Amino acid sequence: MGNVLVIAQIIDGEMKKATASAAAFAALAASHIGGNYGIAALGGDLGKATDALASLGAAKVHVAEAKELDSALAESWVPVLEQIVKAGGYSVIVSPASSTGKDVLPRLAARLDAGMASEVTGVAFEGGKLVYTRPMYAGNVNGQVVIETPIQVITIRATEFAPVAKSGSKSPVEKVAIPAPEAAIGRLEFLGFEKAVSARPDLAEARVVVSGGRGLKAKENFKVIEELADLVGGAVGATRAAVDAGFIHNDFQVGQTGKIVAPDLYFAVGLSGALQHVAGMKSSKVIVAINKDEEAPIFQVADYGIVGDLFKVVPELVQEIKKVAK
Amino acid sequence: MKILVTMKRVADPDNANKVKISGDGTQVTSEGLEWKPNPFDEYAVETALRILEDGVGSGNLRGEVIVVTIGPDEATQQIRQCLAMGADRGIVVQAEDAKLDATVVSKVLQKLVEKESPDLVLMGKQAVDGDSNQAAQMLAQRLGWPQTTFAGHLDVAADLKSATAIREVDGGAAKVKVTFPAVVSVDLRIVTPEGVSNNVAPKDKAYQEGPRYASLKGIMKAKKKPVETMALAALGVDTQPKVRVLKYTQPASRKAGIRVETVQDLVLKLKDEAKVL
Ligand SMILES: Cc1cc2nc3c(=O)[nH]c(=O)nc-3n(C[C@H](O)[C@H](O)[C@H](O)COP(=O)(O)OP(=O)(O)OC[C@H]3O[C@@H](n4cnc5c(N)ncnc54)[C@H](O)[C@@H]3O)c2cc1C
Repeated sequence: MGNVLVIAQIIDGEMKKATASAAAFAALAASHIGGNYGIAALGGDLGKATDALASLGAAKVHVAEAKELDSALAESWVPVLEQIVKAGGYSVIVSPASSTGKDVLPRLAARLDAGMASEVTGVAFEGGKLVYTRPMYAGNVNGQVVIETPIQVITIRATEFAPVAKSGSKSPVEKVAIPAPEAAIGRLEFLGFEKAVSARPDLAEARVVVSGGRGLKAKENFKVIEELADLVGGAVGATRAAVDAGFIHNDFQVGQTGKIVAPDLYFAVGLSGALQHVAGMKSSKVIVAINKDEEAPIFQVADYGIVGDLFKVVPELVQEIKKVAK
Repeated sequence: MKILVTMKRVADPDNANKVKISGDGTQVTSEGLEWKPNPFDEYAVETALRILEDGVGSGNLRGEVIVVTIGPDEATQQIRQCLAMGADRGIVVQAEDAKLDATVVSKVLQKLVEKESPDLVLMGKQAVDGDSNQAAQMLAQRLGWPQTTFAGHLDVAADLKSATAIREVDGGAAKVKVTFPAVVSVDLRIVTPEGVSNNVAPKDKAYQEGPRYASLKGIMKAKKKPVETMALAALGVDTQPKVRVLKYTQPASRKAGIRVETVQDLVLKLKDEAKVL
């Protein structure tokens, strides 16, 4: 039926872990359809990432290196990807559902006249077809979907696929010639990227996430959350309400329309557990809720709940963890 | 300037946990739930109105806002809601929700864009029922237009020919300048008080948080605004969806765990029972 192409997620020259999760999906899908999988890397400086990509067990790594690809504009990426797909005979194209994946893949699907499934969490093979599972209605319903086109485009929820293990052998690397970008690029100018600076681990990759909500009440108070996160080597997250109130940058929003996380341990602090928030964190292994309202819906999904004032509970928690860590 | 805004009606998203799957798993029923404009689409309507605000408080817009929906006739009601906010006219392309996917939607919208020639298409970044986040990007490709997805801030040039957008992306914010015509999809933050500036309304003009409510006057006016209805088949596009849902299933739900009385107890449990510390 064909081969599977993984579109690598690379930031600042580094391969993101989500790429290895997409490779895990690709290995699974390829085993069903009797093909293999390749990886496409696009960007301005791919030397270091190429090494990491070559150890993911792919049949081939396609490298498209050019300065103008660095800003990941869909208009410049799509012609390159189209060329790789066509030359390589790929029939399933997959990317992590990162902001780049979400931006580029639907445009690529339209270019290839292919059907697309977003945020896929599972794949099976039934009746000679790939059947994808994808959450809908803020995760309250799962759809089992098939795509009726020869080429199928997928974004995956990286948290649902354990990354492939590093392979002992190296995949062959092939340089890709860069075709002319779409005419639309003439009406688009990339002005820059403002990084949300954080010395903490990436939300998507952290083993522990500490999220704060409206209950934090003020920007300064978010240091309560940060202190706990730093103590356990965790990432900081937030609800939409906390972001909208200006407590923290929007890059840290967890939820249906923010980031999807699934750490080993999730602290939900001063947040009510609105379904849009829960949609983004309910795959966490262990959830701890701290809320002064014993009726808060977050307690319905938490493994451990403490009813109390977060300004008292969290500092106490920090002290207590320090004690057991000694 | 002419702005086309797309709008899908969705079952009340704040009650998404009450949607039910039919016994045979072939349908999602939202019985008893209220239909609402998809929140992100409502934000797109608000964005269009802010862009075209004339700045003298006359309520006149410097152009036209057309709201389009592809869905059942009943969605006319949600179109009227958008007209009551201040949009000028509506279009309903009659179709069954279950027979649409992003490909069909983008093809229909492409036809309408070719017919209406708007300078800008504003869309919500995703519909909160399907959660797909595809239609805007697919439409932009079909039109050969630039796309600016997940815009959390738009600074529109006073001549209405271009905009600088701040896009909410992983790891931070990307800034792009887009020259119209273009497709822009909006994110949550676009409806903060400073989400949109049009360089005509006074700089210190602070909008209220969120999309505007329809005034009584707006509701009365909306009743008289034109809403055109057309059949999906009449548009001459391939209406065959490429993505088919075989069945819907209920995801495993998480069970509530236990309440702990003391922080000490919590830490012990995390360490010894859950082994995550
Ligand atoms: C289209 C759309 C998309 C959305 N997407 C997202 C999303 O991706 N992510 C997201 O998070 N939300 C999202 N939301 C918003 C969501 O519906 C909720 O409004 C939001 O999650 C609420 O945030 P919160 O829990 O911080 O605030 P609240 O609901 O106000 O809860 C605050 C909680 O803090 C508790 N509290 C207050 N003070 C203290 C204290 N001193 N100690 C302990 N507890 C205290 C209160 O008891 C309360 O439970 C979306 C909404 C819409 C309409």
